[in-house]
Amino acid sequence: MKEIVYTIKDPLGIHARPAGLLVKAATAFTSAVTIEKNGKSADAKRIFGVMGLGVKQDDTITVRIEGADEEKCAQELNKFFAENL
Amino acid sequence: MLTFTGKGAAGGIVIGRISVYKKGAKAVKRYHVTDIEKEVSRFACCRAKAEKELEGLYEQALKEIGKSNAAIFEIHKMMLDDEDYKESIENIIRSEEVNCEYAVSVTADNFAQMFLAMDDEYMKARAADVRDISERIISILQNNSTDNTHMKGIVLADDLTPSETLQMDKDKVSAFVTVGGSLNSHTAILARTMNIPAIIGCKMDSMEELDGKEAIADGFSGNLIVEPDEDALVFARQKIMEETEKRNLLESLKGKESITADGKKIKVYANIGGLSDLGSVLENDAGGIGLFRSEFLYLEKNSFPTEEEQFSVYRRVVQTMGGKEVIIRTLDIGADKKIDYFGLAEEENPALGYRAIRICLDRKDIFKTQLRAIYRASSYGKVGIMFPMITSVDEVRKVKKISEEVKRELKAQNLPFEDVELGIMIETPAAAVISDDLAKEVDFFSIGTNDLTQYVLAADRQNPKLDNMFEEYHPAIFRLIEHVVKNAHENGIWAGICGELGGDTTLTERFIKMGVDELSVSPPNILPIRKIISECTVG
Repeated sequence: MKEIVYTIKDPLGIHARPAGLLVKAATAFTSAVTIEKNGKSADAKRIFGVMGLGVKQDDTITVRIEGADEEKCAQELNKFFAENL
Repeated sequence: MLTFTGKGAAGGIVIGRISVYKKGAKAVKRYHVTDIEKEVSRFACCRAKAEKELEGLYEQALKEIGKSNAAIFEIHKMMLDDEDYKESIENIIRSEEVNCEYAVSVTADNFAQMFLAMDDEYMKARAADVRDISERIISILQNNSTDNTHMKGIVLADDLTPSETLQMDKDKVSAFVTVGGSLNSHTAILARTMNIPAIIGCKMDSMEELDGKEAIADGFSGNLIVEPDEDALVFARQKIMEETEKRNLLESLKGKESITADGKKIKVYANIGGLSDLGSVLENDAGGIGLFRSEFLYLEKNSFPTEEEQFSVYRRVVQTMGGKEVIIRTLDIGADKKIDYFGLAEEENPALGYRAIRICLDRKDIFKTQLRAIYRASSYGKVGIMFPMITSVDEVRKVKKISEEVKRELKAQNLPFEDVELGIMIETPAAAVISDDLAKEVDFFSIGTNDLTQYVLAADRQNPKLDNMFEEYHPAIFRLIEHVVKNAHENGIWAGICGELGGDTTLTERFIKMGVDELSVSPPNILPIRKIISECTVG
């Protein structure tokens, strides 16, 4: 299992656009991807789940990735967060 | 005459007839079904159809409103395809043995509720997205796909979804007025992009009887005036004329370079004080940003903004400008713009005190954090930095030394940055007088006429008793500007004006003849200035 801990810098948090992009990025991999914030967690491949977390600027999220392509997936998502959020 | 007041969500003012918009989806009834599998597959089929429609809308939006605004339809498609959403609908059909219209409608309410319960205005507004996708499925299920193309004039609706907004004929619809809605709604954003005036949150008890009536929709003030009297009409016509003039000017100048009649290129840039100004920067077709006041980053916070916070703001501005130059002015605060956490002492003469570059050179930590953030943003476009309140060559050398340090550190950390033009504000008489020496040290000058004027005239701008001293421009200011521009050119650098004088259209020709290379002004002044430039000559 891979884990990414990231603090959101985007002033709007995970709003609709990045949520959509995140789901798109996660869906490209077979690994299971979950996002956790303050004990609440959501499937990163489900847009309502991701938006429902209500992640804001300065919130720290933990992303857990598990599956055959977890290595590559973690790499991509790391890049995704740095560029978009 | 009846006036309803909401919030202006997209500027512009129109006179026209109201046409009341009724939703395509009819009220949903709940009924029992026996063939559950058939109902589930009916849902699957209509959902797939809805997805197809959204693909079409996305393509249309790409062409009409650009990629970043079109993204909403891509997100709607993802929502339609969301497992939780689909599961919820199927579960309701199976467990309650009910029709799928009902299941979709209940699910929509539940998901919308989730957003409405969030403590963030932006997220609350997302409830409209859930309703939009659900209404789409329901109207397919009910076999009455909405035809919005006949809507015309001032469209009055309870609320409009992004797709309803996009599907209306832009040549027939002159304004949108909704009773509900928020400034964050995509509809508000779409209306702005499509250049259609919009009023949202326009409270009224019943809108049916307004159908077909003449009205003025004012997207600036947020007023909908039904059956206006003569005075209101005259006022509206006047404003429409001004708007049309502005729009025509924009049409004729947009995308073109600002060149004088005899062929000299002049940069006409925008002054901004925060991210919220970016919309009008783009709308008025600025050639770049000539003065990005970075103070708001510090004023909004209760402690020093971090490098990351600053970086994300600078990056956003640089990316939004898409390769056009963005000149960021480093922190310009002092005892007159006081920020508690800086711990600055009261001063007798704040304008002549511990401020701007004087603080930055003293508090290198604060200064370097900002410079690092700016340099990092430079890898996303074209960035310039300018330093305020310079009085000596020695200060400029110190500033350059710190900039070099920052670049070395970023390089060591493998953080990317590009070449950045370094310039200074000419706003103290000392800097203006020794501008020949200063020009050898920097890439450009930007003359800050507001401070320069008060320092040269020894007259406090904040003192209303001295207002008469500023009524007419003092010749000393013009002589100094001429001197600065000449020294800049003799040393092969450019010189601009970013103070209020730069935005005065009665002076534009005079400045161009002096050889000024750049005018950075507030966004609404950009087009009128460009028009004058295109008509005057340097020689």
